[in-house]
Amino acid sequence: MQDSQAVVASELQHHFRDMEQQRETATFGMWVFLITEIMFFGGMFAAYLIYRLSYYQSWVDGSNRMDITLGATNTAVLICSSLTMAMAVHSAQLGRRKLIVVFLILTLLLGGVFLCIKGVEYHDHWLNHEVPGPTFSNLDQHGVSKGWVDTPHTSLYFALYFAMTGMHALHMIIGVGLLTWLIIAASKGKFTSRYFAPVENVGLYWHFVDIVWIYLFPLLYLISKKHSG
Amino acid sequence: MAHEELSASGEHIVSPKLYVVVFLFLLLMTGLTVFAASVDLGWANPVVALVIATLKATTVVLFFMHIKYSTSMTKMVIIGALFFLFLLLGLTLTDYLSRPWMAYPSH
Repeated sequence: MQDSQAVVASELQHHFRDMEQQRETATFGMWVFLITEIMFFGGMFAAYLIYRLSYYQSWVDGSNRMDITLGATNTAVLICSSLTMAMAVHSAQLGRRKLIVVFLILTLLLGGVFLCIKGVEYHDHWLNHEVPGPTFSNLDQHGVSKGWVDTPHTSLYFALYFAMTGMHALHMIIGVGLLTWLIIAASKGKFTSRYFAPVENVGLYWHFVDIVWIYLFPLLYLISKKHSG
Repeated sequence: MAHEELSASGEHIVSPKLYVVVFLFLLLMTGLTVFAASVDLGWANPVVALVIATLKATTVVLFFMHIKYSTSMTKMVIIGALFFLFLLLGLTLTDYLSRPWMAYPSH
């Protein structure tokens, strides 16, 4: 390892001792950024928690309008995309340039599938007057009552639902953009087994967005399912 | 692919076999949490769901995000994040949960 370091002088920035230190610094920096992301989403989770404790029945009424099949499918889609992302980083570690591109494209496609399914759900909520605002109503698209106990506070549930899943979806869209950039760079052969920090750090970002959904799915769709009484 | 293999930049390489095991575990846990939601466990429904979610998140962090093999400084950053998240959620709850205990008007 020592003698090969001179060869890659162009990849190694002068302020780092060696490639290992450079890689660890980049990963460390990415984790510090992810902490700010954890605190950003943490604020919304705190709001969710407090209002769920305050307006429990509205949370039950709201979450019973969620489509668990679509939510679970999306969870599976994101887990698949995390696997393909992990495999893209793995291919980069081994310096398999074509495989990096293949796995990044698979990740991008799965991210797209997630966003499409989320779009179907949003459209359904829109049709059933479940988007907070002047059209919000306890009547569904056929004019049938949903039996909500407290419509204004169910609107609060949906406001948080759209804020949390919307911010998550925005992160997915940014992730799709980052993946597109990576795919272009990887197909130009920019990444080697010595230098692949962008692939690794976008990977960390992608897994983080997956983790946010891992918490959003049970909190918004599942935990009140059997508590409608 | 041996477990102890290192990449050219000195990074631990996780075998694809382990990634697939992690992937299957995550899918299994997703199935389990959906099933658990269909059973009335009373107060335990959110607890079970959050324990499963935390198991899944921990697995993702350890293996997909390579924290099991990372430096102790990166591990400290994550422990720091959990600490501040606990402050945010925990101290907010001590306020909201204790309000009804007192004689002050509350909602």
